[in-house]
Amino acid sequence: MLAGRGRFVDDIVLSGMYAAAFVRSSQAHARIKSIDTAAALAVPGVHAVITYHDLPAALRERRLPLFVPHPTLTARMQHALAKEEVCYVGEAVAVVVADNRYLAEDAVQLVEVDYEPLPAVSDCKAGAQAGAPRAHLDLESNIVSRMLSSVGDIDAAFRGAKHIFRDEIFQHRGGAFFMECRGVIASYEASEGALLVYVSSQGPHRIKRALLDLFDLSDTQVRVVTPDVGGGFGPKGSFYAEYAVIVACAMTLGRPVKWIEDRRENFVATHQERDQYWDVEIAVDDEARIKGLRGTLTHDNGAYTPWGIVLPWISVATVPGPYVVPAYHLEMRSVLTNKVMATPVRGAGRPEGVVVMERLMDRVAREFKLDPAEVRRRNFIQPSQMPYDVGVIFRDGRKVVYDSGDYPACQDAALQTIDYGSFRERQAEARRQGRYIGIGIGNAVEGTGLGPYEGATVKVATNGRITVSTGATPQGQSHKTTLAQIASDQFGVPIDWIRVETGDTSKISQGIGTFAARTAVNAGSSVHVAAVKVAAKAKTIAAKLLDVREEDLELRDGYVQVAAIPGSPGAASDNARQVRKSLAELAVVAAGMPGFAMQDGAEPGLENTAYFTATQSTYANGTAVVEVEVDIETGRVTILRLVLAHDCGRLINPMVVDGQVMGGVAHAIGNALFERMLFDDQAQPLSTNFGEYLLPLATDIPRIEIVHLETPSPLNPLGIKGAGESGTIPTIAPIIAAVEDALSPFGVKILEAPITPQRIVELLGDAALGRTR
Amino acid sequence: MKPASFAYHDPTTVADVVALLAEHEESRLLAGGQSLMPMMNFRFVQPAHLIDLNRVEELGFVRVGGNTLAFGAMTRQRQIQRDANVQQSCPIMIEALSHVGHRQTRARGTIGGSISHFDPSAELCNMAALHDAQLVLGRKGSQRTLDFDQFARGYLTTAIEPDEMLLEIRLGRWAKPQGFAFEEFSTRHGDFAICAVSCLVTLTGAGAIDTIAIAVSGVAPTPQRLRGFEIAARGQTPGHAFYREAAIQAAAIEAMSDAYTTADYRRHLARVLTYRALEKAVARFKSQDTK
Amino acid sequence: MTDTRDISVVVNGKSYGRAVDTRRTLGDFLRLDLGLTGTHFGCEHGACGACTVRVDGVAVRSCLMLAVQANEKSVQTIEGLAKGDILTPLQQAFQDRHALQCGFCTPGILMTMAEFLEENPAPSEADVRDALSGNICRCTGYQNIVDAVLQTADTLRKGRDAA
Repeated sequence: MLAGRGRFVDDIVLSGMYAAAFVRSSQAHARIKSIDTAAALAVPGVHAVITYHDLPAALRERRLPLFVPHPTLTARMQHALAKEEVCYVGEAVAVVVADNRYLAEDAVQLVEVDYEPLPAVSDCKAGAQAGAPRAHLDLESNIVSRMLSSVGDIDAAFRGAKHIFRDEIFQHRGGAFFMECRGVIASYEASEGALLVYVSSQGPHRIKRALLDLFDLSDTQVRVVTPDVGGGFGPKGSFYAEYAVIVACAMTLGRPVKWIEDRRENFVATHQERDQYWDVEIAVDDEARIKGLRGTLTHDNGAYTPWGIVLPWISVATVPGPYVVPAYHLEMRSVLTNKVMATPVRGAGRPEGVVVMERLMDRVAREFKLDPAEVRRRNFIQPSQMPYDVGVIFRDGRKVVYDSGDYPACQDAALQTIDYGSFRERQAEARRQGRYIGIGIGNAVEGTGLGPYEGATVKVATNGRITVSTGATPQGQSHKTTLAQIASDQFGVPIDWIRVETGDTSKISQGIGTFAARTAVNAGSSVHVAAVKVAAKAKTIAAKLLDVREEDLELRDGYVQVAAIPGSPGAASDNARQVRKSLAELAVVAAGMPGFAMQDGAEPGLENTAYFTATQSTYANGTAVVEVEVDIETGRVTILRLVLAHDCGRLINPMVVDGQVMGGVAHAIGNALFERMLFDDQAQPLSTNFGEYLLPLATDIPRIEIVHLETPSPLNPLGIKGAGESGTIPTIAPIIAAVEDALSPFGVKILEAPITPQRIVELLGDAALGRTR
Repeated sequence: MKPASFAYHDPTTVADVVALLAEHEESRLLAGGQSLMPMMNFRFVQPAHLIDLNRVEELGFVRVGGNTLAFGAMTRQRQIQRDANVQQSCPIMIEALSHVGHRQTRARGTIGGSISHFDPSAELCNMAALHDAQLVLGRKGSQRTLDFDQFARGYLTTAIEPDEMLLEIRLGRWAKPQGFAFEEFSTRHGDFAICAVSCLVTLTGAGAIDTIAIAVSGVAPTPQRLRGFEIAARGQTPGHAFYREAAIQAAAIEAMSDAYTTADYRRHLARVLTYRALEKAVARFKSQDTK
Repeated sequence: MTDTRDISVVVNGKSYGRAVDTRRTLGDFLRLDLGLTGTHFGCEHGACGACTVRVDGVAVRSCLMLAVQANEKSVQTIEGLAKGDILTPLQQAFQDRHALQCGFCTPGILMTMAEFLEENPAPSEADVRDALSGNICRCTGYQNIVDAVLQTADTLRKGRDAA
């Protein structure tokens, strides 16, 4: 990677390969009246121009599969190419296949699509009203799901409550914007009936599953490989219409076909996240302790439902956080709009839930004139209450039960590190100098290690070499290092003796993929279990061959040998050399050797496949505390300090975890201060390049101070929890809170994300005139 | 995002360039490419002929004249930043350039390219306005020189005719000592300025305003001088009331509005940044810190 | 219409003569014509820096240059940084400091920082972040990259002092 030898999808060249480019809808909602491809086909070097009507029958009849149905969901899935109605700008209408991308784009320009524009739904709240235009012509309502999350007796909680506070909070659209755009290569070898697909994804098994649904091929005919991936963050976990189209092209044309998304397409065709409108009320007693929380969430789902209601559901389930919420009543409605689909992006709806709860906690603190840290302290679930049943159902169908974690200690650690105790003094001193600084706190509990499983095969080959194969699919999380480390612990060998295979459906039968901070827990546990079993089997065979007891054996440096007896003379090492067997020898024996009988029922081979199934998610937690300065004349926000106290259980590789945390924090900063995905009122995207949609740069991210706590998880053999999104989830809320705190002399309330300098100046009114007043 | 086809020309002299411009109507000049290439990659622009200026060496120069500082249109921004003459005599230019894009874009971007493109937010356009720039334009067989006000026509629009090119930019040089300030607000480092205010000032021995120039960019479609204020400012004593008055006048500029940025915010920034720019420029003059 | 030119370029010390379509970008020439896929496209509109290479020593965005503009010039890409398997101190520092995760933006950052360090042997953290602001990373949050660059400056300075 450092020497330019990474292998991303666009780096792969297959012999005879063609390049594809898509014709995409320029309308947010329209009927397709006609498509004229004649001029495009005439371009030299163009081999095909394919619309819906040219697709194979199966692709015309079938829609993209929905993997996460739900009883409350009225599903709406796409065809591979738009049939007669387009429902978002960017929706694929046709594909051009040519000798190279330059020519393909020339031809795309020449495809004439005659659209009849239709009214478009641009705002989900407006779209949910009776009489709103329909996002799809045949919909009765744009509301495709209503779901209620209910715990305890909410009416009783609010009845007679003396302190009720209500807020409306808006969290705006944004995207993942990995640096490597999406891409796929499909190659069909007709003589063997073998389909090979390279795709930049977060789980090739899911891609394969969709392809099996759409094309009538057998399991062994389809191999999906994910090579190096330049960032995933969620949206590369989806199955996209383009993948089906490119496979169809390869099969029809008899040549490999490559499609690489360019950044312009990425802005309109890769899934995004949010908008979310929250209207929430909190009831507290005289001591500022929560009695109940209720409200509604209106969620912008975009034009189709590829992830069902997973995303808003996660938001709803995250709101209670680390606090005791005796009664909770949240009505969610997911609304279709004529924008690209909303699916999980880094944090997957959890940061939004945290923003809601933390804004309410700050509201309570302000109304009671209490320290925000103290209000939180009074409401924390205590370690002695673990495991704690929150009462809501999570999207894995299981109840949210926090297994472990020390929330008060975590908040304390963060507050200590940032020297919270002296902040108010510093704030007062700053104000005397005409400077406005503020501080904010965000607490989050994060379900990680999401099931249903991730498997691993650990195998010692007959030449002694060790491999680990897993369905996990890294996009920069150093899985190979982490998983190799887990395996190498069992074999007593250096990490680089272990070869880790990821992202290839031919190397392990079942897999899910890498997203939602699940790989270390699931794949890691599977690797651990499988490696333990293989090590044990090696010892069993060695014990028989050496005629010693299994308990006296250890694995070290490629051998199974009698463990050195402490205190015995140097001759012990000579003895050890005679009383050992190499892994190669043992693997040969395990493969079947005349005269050596395997134990009853034992399978051949020095290998094991384990699919660790988490009984439920294991809950990590974190506290982010942020100090900012606001220039009230320009609205510019500068982050002065950012501390994240973080508990993801046992740390296997602290450097990797820190890397994930820091990267996650950068996403939070982007979401809190910079990233605005704008559409006009006809759902036409207005943010279509990196000059408009702003990602944080090196000059925007402060030094991030990380404090680690380790409360091991009781739910997996390694005691680990996920960490991939933990930088993001608690961190958006405190940035907003800190800005509001800095501006408290002006009575400004901030109930939106992102919060921009322009908006801050707007909220400040005349105060922003500063010295020019 | 691949550009459409074009006929490519890479002349080596100005004479060749203007001959090509006269011959081919549907042509575009390629300078540093940092603005044009993105537009071509997006296919917003699809010229039939692309005339590459990067081999026209005679257009790359920095010349100090009596009271002018002249730049060839193809002088790289990076080269200007590193030029000792510019550093010495026009430090405000150096400061403005530190906000222009990033090191990779300044490596290729040119002063002529930026000024011909005439983005309202471009720092170099602000500099041209501030220094009463004279723009030398050439076409086949003739040249003409325009004042900045004649050159500036509107949003992304200059007086350059389709068969003409920008050859040279001459800035009026301010003598030393000079007070200067460049106050910019952009969302991130290197982004286009949402608003930038530049100020050059000299004071009399008694501490009153002798000469002053203020240019506000990013607010209106073209950079605006506060000429009325500049004239009335002579002889006044700088201080809070003075800076505030300039600020209020800057805020009266008719402002653009788009999906991302409101007219109100642009005018507000003009106000607060003008105050800061004047205050800083005066302080710099007084401290004789002309670095 | 295809408009072609013959160009002669030295890339990573090796000479190449090719006929190229005049509209082919420098980045595509490197990737497609020369098979040097270490240079990546992240945006193709000059905003992300992933495609940064050095032309006659100067770090530029290869998505905004045409291949024909590299005629008779010398180009260095990420593949030309290391000598065989021996990483430069900068690359080594990136490895030591975990300054890359997915690795996609890394070649562009290495080329930019290599130029920066040659011109700025003793940078402050603020200098480094300023120089890095033309490269977008979505994975690391930049901190380890900054530390790797500062570490390299240190290493190089010690090397010079020792020499």
